Amino acid sequence: MIRYLLDRLVQSAAVLLVMSLVIYALIGLMPGDPVDLMISADPKITSADAARLRALYGLDRPLVARYASWLQAALVGDFGYSRLYARPALDALWPALVSTTVLVGLSFLLALMIALPAGVWAARHPDGPADRTINVLCFAGISTPPFWLAILLILLFAVWLGWLPAGGVPTRAGAGWADYARHMALPVATLTLLNVGAYLRFMRASMLETLRQDYIRTAEAKGAGTARVLLRHALRNALIPVVTVVALGFGGLFSGALITEKMFAWPGMGNLIFDSIMGNDYNLALVALLFATLLTLVGNLLADLGYAWLDPRISYTRSEK
Amino acid sequence: MSAVPAGIAAVDGDGFLGRFARRPLAVGSAVLLAVLAALALLAPLIARLAGIDPNEVDLLSRFEPPSAAHWLGTDEIGRDVLMRLLLGGQVSLFVGLSAALASALIGTAIGLAAGYWGGRPDALLMRLTDGVIALPLLPLLIVLAAVDLKKLGLPAGLADSEAVSLYRIVAIIALVGWTTVARLVRGAALSVRTRDFVLAAVGQGAGPLRIMAVHILPNVASPIIVATTLSVGNVILLESVLSFLGLGIQPPLPSWGAMLTNAQELVTSAPWLAIWPGLLIFVTVIACNLLGDGLQDALDPRASE
Repeated sequence: MIRYLLDRLVQSAAVLLVMSLVIYALIGLMPGDPVDLMISADPKITSADAARLRALYGLDRPLVARYASWLQAALVGDFGYSRLYARPALDALWPALVSTTVLVGLSFLLALMIALPAGVWAARHPDGPADRTINVLCFAGISTPPFWLAILLILLFAVWLGWLPAGGVPTRAGAGWADYARHMALPVATLTLLNVGAYLRFMRASMLETLRQDYIRTAEAKGAGTARVLLRHALRNALIPVVTVVALGFGGLFSGALITEKMFAWPGMGNLIFDSIMGNDYNLALVALLFATLLTLVGNLLADLGYAWLDPRISYTRSEK
Repeated sequence: MSAVPAGIAAVDGDGFLGRFARRPLAVGSAVLLAVLAALALLAPLIARLAGIDPNEVDLLSRFEPPSAAHWLGTDEIGRDVLMRLLLGGQVSLFVGLSAALASALIGTAIGLAAGYWGGRPDALLMRLTDGVIALPLLPLLIVLAAVDLKKLGLPAGLADSEAVSLYRIVAIIALVGWTTVARLVRGAALSVRTRDFVLAAVGQGAGPLRIMAVHILPNVASPIIVATTLSVGNVILLESVLSFLGLGIQPPLPSWGAMLTNAQELVTSAPWLAIWPGLLIFVTVIACNLLGDGLQDALDPRASE
């Protein structure tokens, strides 16, 4: 187990390293560079000045050399300065990470609280009218363009009904929890609606599969009640693939919330990544994208560990696969 | 599992078509997609017959409500919304189909190579697949879409052209979208490779390409078809997101996602402009998903019954 874990950690570190190089190269290919921005801000800069500035910032050096010095600094925790936020890139990242965690975490819990019981229920009554309705609703959730759902919710609750703010966070000093919750309601609802369908379908499919097993029939034949069979015998096994899929997707939620955050002007990771990419904020974009990758990798690792924990038959000591 | 593709062998009697026909949602989705595709393909003809130029700017008739001349009204610079929706359908369906097919091709090639040769190539290719899956998809797509092709040496006129904005989004999505098919094909190739009929074919001197094409591919045709149908919907969704962010299809080429770019400002002044393009994306994507789901059940009856 320990060996396997170490193996996976090394592998994840390798993915991160490759990813950092790829992002570094890609960002270099985006229109404009920091000096271009200075030129557009100050028309008095001559081309000689621009060349001097490029040399000063090392922008005239080849890509690999620039990447090497970035990596050297990054390895000791120096990710440079954010141009947009005018502070160290990591300092700009933390608050965004916190607000995304609140948003994503809350909608994740909400989605699970709806999806798990509903999925179990649907699996108990397969192909009934309710199950079919749930199925179509799940597909509807999966198929909705996130920005459109956000627009519809804004239209309904902010424009027509006027119940909730259309976006942003409370800016007044001393804004209470209630105000914070009012601003969060629509983004959380959007993310929950977008994710609940996939979870529900996994839960239903897995439960359906489990209920077909012989040991469930044995438990029923013994005279165990429906609730006991469902909760004690079936649920644990049925949860194994669900945990895997959900954990695999968890890291992706942080960057997947990008559109929702943008639509509701929520100051999270997604908005930060988008703004930094669009604003040529190399340092911030790099560290934010790497962080998003790291979160996905951690999600994958947790999925594997959760799998082993829920299913004692799985052993990682032998060579994998 | 037999060497004969399940879907084709079972067409007669109560086979694939019979099972498919018993799924009203899937049949309805197929019909709907066919109608949408026909309307989109005929869009230029319809526009000419109706005498409406979908790219004609008319600043005197901005934000017009639906009328006899403009059935769905006009947009922020006076263009006919219905015609632009139809033309946008052309773009969205083209991107959806071609990117899904390209993903399927890449995925099949990688999956076949990994599953057939096994060992080191397999380990390497599957590490690559795992790596791609671990990437934060949306931010990465944004970075790829923002790359300045001029810095890659493309002439400026070509780099900013409409056609390039169209093909580049297909390429970007195919580049990250092949993983599902690759895993499916690899798994099937691994399991089929050691079976007697394949060993017999190898013994008769069949080369790797022939084994892959004749013996392995037919066995994975159904899951590939299902995965590709489902991915058409996904691709349309991704394209709409990128175009919505202003990074996908470039104006004046219409695309459903791009038509919603300003929708947030429009919700108060012209809500219908914010509703129609999104509704079409939604309907198309859900139809692809329901069709894929129905195909899955019809192609692989063991999975459902």
